[in-house]
Amino acid sequence: MGNELIEFINVTKRFDSRIILDHINLKIYEGQITTIIGKSGVGKSVLLKHIVGLLAPDEGKILFSGRPVNEMNKKEMDRYRSQFSYMFQNNALFDSMTVFDNIALPLRQTTKLSKKDVAKKVMNRIEQMELTDVVFKYPSELSGGMQKRVALARALVTDPEIVLFDEPTTGQDPIRKNAILSMISQYKKKLGFTAVIISHEIPDIFFISDRIILLWEAKVGFQGTYEEALKLDHPMIDEFLQSLEGFQDEWKQPSPQSFLALNLI
Amino acid sequence: MKYFWPNTYLIAIFNYLGRAAIDIVNNLGAATIFFSKAFLMIFRPKQVQPIIQQIFYIGAKSTGIVMMVGLFTGMVLGLQLYHALAEYGSEGTLGSSIGLSLVRELGPVLTAIMITARAGSAMTAEIGIMRISEQIDALYTMRIDPLRYLISPKIGASIISFPLLTAFFDIIGLIGGYFTGVVLLGLNSSAYIYRIQYSVEMSDITGGFIKAIVFAVIVSTICCYNGYFTHMRSDSYGAKSVSLSTTSAVVMSCVMILVSDYIVTSFLM
Repeated sequence: MGNELIEFINVTKRFDSRIILDHINLKIYEGQITTIIGKSGVGKSVLLKHIVGLLAPDEGKILFSGRPVNEMNKKEMDRYRSQFSYMFQNNALFDSMTVFDNIALPLRQTTKLSKKDVAKKVMNRIEQMELTDVVFKYPSELSGGMQKRVALARALVTDPEIVLFDEPTTGQDPIRKNAILSMISQYKKKLGFTAVIISHEIPDIFFISDRIILLWEAKVGFQGTYEEALKLDHPMIDEFLQSLEGFQDEWKQPSPQSFLALNLI
Repeated sequence: MKYFWPNTYLIAIFNYLGRAAIDIVNNLGAATIFFSKAFLMIFRPKQVQPIIQQIFYIGAKSTGIVMMVGLFTGMVLGLQLYHALAEYGSEGTLGSSIGLSLVRELGPVLTAIMITARAGSAMTAEIGIMRISEQIDALYTMRIDPLRYLISPKIGASIISFPLLTAFFDIIGLIGGYFTGVVLLGLNSSAYIYRIQYSVEMSDITGGFIKAIVFAVIVSTICCYNGYFTHMRSDSYGAKSVSLSTTSAVVMSCVMILVSDYIVTSFLM
């Protein structure tokens, strides 16, 4: 297990009177892929936004390498934020910019790279994401899945040390979904980055995750490895397994005739 | 009974007034900080190109409408003032009347109102949509300061564009007045031009430009501020909040143009 990178200590967040995060305690380790799971609306994106500083806790504190984020000075904060990249759930692409400009923006604005180097890095990401046909199109001209890949390319173009992915595979076909998950895994092995992923792609996401955090009723229901999760007797895990069992009951074994009809035999 | 009913109503009224006063003071303070930060960021690196782009959107693209309004304002002034002055036999001073009213008041005020309607509303809507679609949050996560990237070029471009467009308005307005007074109503051409030269002093022109700059600061700050904090509105969400922010930005800008016009004029007189 790597070093503790991010730690939430009794973090509470309310919107008006509604408690979204209730005394959350969790740890994210360096060089690992941590996946946050939980029902929709349980506060997963809110939790992620606390890490990158888009939201501040009402109570409790967030530590980064042991240092409280709210006590950082401007220089430390800038260094802290420079390590992150964030992929938004709804992509947050700049709709008045082309795909190329969207991906190039962080490089143009925060680095001193030449135009040629920026173009090279951007085109590399575009090729990886299979977006070469839509380089000069606008986000509104793309499908939801393509927009997601543009957002992913933009999140990775700066080679960040910590990447926060908010549902990176939603809206993707199964082939591209697996390609994105394996790419995240390969990048982690190659570059050693830390990733925090929010995902509903259960169980696929578990194959690339080092640790899992389960949010349950505004609290952390579980944090640990996939193997540990399987052994856990938790209402949500039971609920999830029951829903799979229910689904298996609905699923009928295909008859030999159906295979013949599909020329599979 | 401990509380008599008029007391309850009075308390409610004072509560409402107190809350409104706190909101106004709070917003004024926030808008001042917002403007100060964005203004200082005009002088940061990589700002020249975005400012030039914004001058194109705010200034160059407003030229047509400003010139048209200027032309007809000058023409109608010529028409009205000629007949009013003719009653006293002093139609020869038409140039002075048109020149002074345009350069001192109508030029800066009407130009600012026209830019508010054309570019100010667009600023609020653009920034508001970026806010509700998390594009501004995305800038923050990329370590791109939204105030530097989005707001300060608009404020910088407004400060440059407003006086230039005011100058256009004044010149075209004077030509409009010439057209009505001299070409249509037969006033002596030299008298018209001489009266303008005689009456309009440098202090009138600089006063008009000072007003234009004040209006630029007010309009750009109000429009950008309303768009930037669209998500903080308590009366609406999403697209509706953008529409309400745009409406309130335009209304507030127009009112503040007239209020500040009086204040600046009282200092300049």
